[in-house]
Amino acid sequence: MNELASLIAATLSAGTPLAIAGLGLLINERAGILNLGAEGMMLIAAFAGFAFAFHSGSDWVGFAAGAGAGALVAACFGWLVIWLNTNQYATGLAVSLFGGGFSAFVGVDYVGKKLSERTDYSVPGLRDVPFLGPALFRQHPLVYLTVAGALAIAWFLYRTRPGLVLRAIGEAPESAHALGYPVRRIRLLAVVAGGALCGLAGAYFSVVYAPLWVEGMVAGRGWIALALTVFATWRPARVLLGAYLFGGVTMLQLHLQGMGVDVANQFMSMLPYVATIVVLVLISRNPAWIRLNMPASLGKPFFPSL
Amino acid sequence: MTSRSTIKHLALAAAVGAASLVACSKQEEPKKPEAPAAAAPAPKPEPLKVAFVYVGPVGDAGWTFAHDLGRKYVEGKFGDRIKTTFVEKVPEGPDAERVIRDLVAQGNKVIFATSFGFGDAMEKVAKDHPDVYFEHATGYKTGPNLRVYEGRFYEDAYLAGIIAGEMTKTNIIGFVGSFPIPEVLRNINAFTLGAQSVNPKVKTKVVWVSNWFDPPKETEAAQSLINQGADVLLQNTDSTAVLQAAEKNGKYAFGWDSDMSAFAPKAHLGSCRLNWGLYYEKAINDVLNKTWKTETTKWGVKEGLPEFVSIAAFVPDTTKKKVEEAREGMKTGTVAVFKGPLVDNTGKEVLAKGVVADDKWNGAINFYVKGVDGKVPSGK
Repeated sequence: MNELASLIAATLSAGTPLAIAGLGLLINERAGILNLGAEGMMLIAAFAGFAFAFHSGSDWVGFAAGAGAGALVAACFGWLVIWLNTNQYATGLAVSLFGGGFSAFVGVDYVGKKLSERTDYSVPGLRDVPFLGPALFRQHPLVYLTVAGALAIAWFLYRTRPGLVLRAIGEAPESAHALGYPVRRIRLLAVVAGGALCGLAGAYFSVVYAPLWVEGMVAGRGWIALALTVFATWRPARVLLGAYLFGGVTMLQLHLQGMGVDVANQFMSMLPYVATIVVLVLISRNPAWIRLNMPASLGKPFFPSL
Repeated sequence: MTSRSTIKHLALAAAVGAASLVACSKQEEPKKPEAPAAAAPAPKPEPLKVAFVYVGPVGDAGWTFAHDLGRKYVEGKFGDRIKTTFVEKVPEGPDAERVIRDLVAQGNKVIFATSFGFGDAMEKVAKDHPDVYFEHATGYKTGPNLRVYEGRFYEDAYLAGIIAGEMTKTNIIGFVGSFPIPEVLRNINAFTLGAQSVNPKVKTKVVWVSNWFDPPKETEAAQSLINQGADVLLQNTDSTAVLQAAEKNGKYAFGWDSDMSAFAPKAHLGSCRLNWGLYYEKAINDVLNKTWKTETTKWGVKEGLPEFVSIAAFVPDTTKKKVEEAREGMKTGTVAVFKGPLVDNTGKEVLAKGVVADDKWNGAINFYVKGVDGKVPSGK
């Protein structure tokens, strides 16, 4: 029972940054922009978050800095792909590689620095409830905020007018343009919001999850977040579930190893990606599913004059 | 020079330039003007140019940091008789060869390559430059001007094990492993044997992260070990993440590769580090005195290469004394980490009674000793 509780706790903690970044990318993609630069944005944000948390002594300043850094990089990316119409795939990859190098470069002096004493954020009163306490109520507040955030984003996309406009732009930018919506500006807003969320996820890594900064520390989780949006067929609640599933698989394989169960951990590590491919195959086979889920203009440039 | 070969040279120069620009940041240490003129022979010779190839960034802790301490140590020792250069963050693979060739072209006469994966590159370049001395850490390929050196790190792991065995309350200790290669399995086994030498009830749990360096995953691995009852951890990975995870959970852990006591004042029990400077001093002396010959150097606690340092003040004196005794025993030869009778964790005898393991046996370890949970991951 104890093992299960700690596995659940670890899964929530591991899934949270994936969920945050995945939700950010989902907002991007719902507006029709594919940002492959997630990994780079997260790295820059992880650095910025760590540096600010280090100097201020506050996690929350670190989060704000991470989100800000992510938004800034995303704004540059958005300007390139939305106004200059550079290829989204190539630009995204460039941002990803740039972010890795840039964060390593500016972060050299912060390697090996240590953040101040960590705060214990467990929920008073509930933290000692048997099973549920250790499983659910000893997490960083960001873990709970992520769940609330996923619901808020789902509500925004499907229950509000701006959400509808955002989705409309992702489906048919020309029509939205014809109706008089500022497609490019709204897309930029979506990209910046997505970047801020990716940045928040990056800062979570360096401030909460493994409180240290070293170059390359996001170690591919930006790509997992990208896979997650496909896996979730662009639905916020499914992004959340998918993130816990991906996080859970990682933690499960580590737990199984510790218990002495003989599983190839490489096999377990590849499972989330296999699942993503399977989902891709399933939704691609069925035209109706694609039409229902994948934003129709995803990755395509938009020329307002045409 | 024909135009064709000019083009070829240009292309090569461009490739080398680009490689060193992109793949690594190269830094030359400024020569210290105040350096004392060492007792050099009458006609003052050109300084011996020595280059170090690092796999990671130097940073403030870890494997490459430890090698760079060694570089600084010999700089201090030899003063202006040598001039050192290093290239950090060199990826293992084809880029390494270009970097090493570039260093040779710049007139370096001694090249230290500090990661296992530089072996092939070192071998190739060594063949082309018989007048340059090549030194490869943790490798196994040698040649007329190429030799290998390493530290018996498992002796440090054994000393850490003694403290772990005494400090654990749950009798479960944990190990975060990188890859199941003999070097790492040796450390896991030595850690376990060290703990068992003071506390026969100890069990070791191992989690592999399939990486030398992935702080979030190292954190996850440490967390999962802690969740399963381990209260003292050691790792063979290169970041401070495991130590910091232990600190966060109120458990204990050790520093690895360099002194990591500053990263987790409450969790840090001691640090296993390698004092590479000792070997670098010997190697450079060999070159300066023209006594360099091909050999395989494996230095242990006896020679002072692996050092177990910064034992926490809160570790009881009786425990510290046990560590000291084992350390002395290693120096005098009365304590050997791997000696029979030794059985693996399936009950099979791997060393007969009275037999002390030799380097061949050490290099072929592919099992866990009794007391380690689980099975060594295999490709099957």
